[in-house]
Amino acid sequence: MQTLNFEFPADRPAARRAHVGVVGSGDLEVLMTPQTTGTARVRVRTSVDGFDTVWRIVLERFFARHRVAGAFELNDSGATPGVVTLRLRQAIEEGRS
Amino acid sequence: MTSPAPTGNGHTNGQTNGQTGWNAMLARVGFIELDARARAAALLDDGTARELCGPFDRIESPWLEPQDVVPASDDGVVVVRGRLDGRPAVVIAIEQAFQGGGIGEVSGVKIAASLSLAARDTREGAPTVAVLLLETGGVRLQEANLGLATVAEVCSALLELRALQPVVGVIAGSMGCFGGMSIAAGLCSTLIMTREGRLGLNGPQVIESEAGVAEFDASDPTLIWAIDGGAQRTGTGLADVLVLDDVAAVRSAVIEAAGRGAPGEHRSRRLRESRTRLDAVDPADPPEPADLAAVWARAVPAEGDRR
Repeated sequence: MQTLNFEFPADRPAARRAHVGVVGSGDLEVLMTPQTTGTARVRVRTSVDGFDTVWRIVLERFFARHRVAGAFELNDSGATPGVVTLRLRQAIEEGRS
Repeated sequence: MTSPAPTGNGHTNGQTNGQTGWNAMLARVGFIELDARARAAALLDDGTARELCGPFDRIESPWLEPQDVVPASDDGVVVVRGRLDGRPAVVIAIEQAFQGGGIGEVSGVKIAASLSLAARDTREGAPTVAVLLLETGGVRLQEANLGLATVAEVCSALLELRALQPVVGVIAGSMGCFGGMSIAAGLCSTLIMTREGRLGLNGPQVIESEAGVAEFDASDPTLIWAIDGGAQRTGTGLADVLVLDDVAAVRSAVIEAAGRGAPGEHRSRRLRESRTRLDAVDPADPPEPADLAAVWARAVPAEGDRR
């Protein structure tokens, strides 16, 4: 298991918190809490060690595009980059209304 | 997966015996395909579900991270209050995708505390039915002793509540319900299973590794389901109702069980019957799984409260 922390510039605070996904094989859960700090703070706990660079690239790309400010807690059980992006999108969509 | 809600066509007969027409199979919405949170909400009346001790309360297991296991924010157990056909109810759903539904200190205490609170509410004039969705391999090995202790608390709280209000158990998926939590399943007022569901104290792999492949071949799914499967468990009276894996069928079976109330004498209290059944089986020459129901029916003729 490995814990990774990232921070990205963000200027659109989410309207409300959101929880999506399950910590099950190939999946992850995302807890998003709105914050007005002007950043997206991401903490990843992943069951698979050694993918720091992949996580950074996947998250960098996501937050460059969506710029949602808040705290993101990701509990990952070996999700692929595609699943990670889908779950993040689902979280920000649920946090929009 | 979560395709549009089914309309009419054939699900009402899905609950009686799990053997239904192909149109019911096609129209169904798989209950087990939903995650634990969605399953709990699907059982309750629309718009009444309210989660207790949810992900943002962050009551996760403190024991997993030191053992290099990623924790879940709800520790794999989802507790939802709401109404079940108008009745106050609490649904406790175990998420089988997280650690195989394994019960740890936190998840076990969530179950036990929910059952105790339902009993307290009932005593204070707000009768509350409990529904347990039991997709679990039993106690989580990373928290072995603490998990076992909480399973004892779960059983004790279940006994407290079932004296006052029905406790309905559901085993819907092929993960099944094993280990300590199978004891909780055995204590339920009514136990509902699908054909795909499994129930046993020791799982097939545990039996094989302890007693050898001649005792139980854990690589033989036909054998496993002939012994632990929902059809066999309901056929032999160790579970009560066989349903199709369908949201509407499971919900209506749960509502019916909640409405029926507690049985005259719970299965776990019918000791004479259990002893007679055990005596009717010779371990040196056991009957074929398919013959067990008949052997036991001969040993213990059906009585009033047998369902």
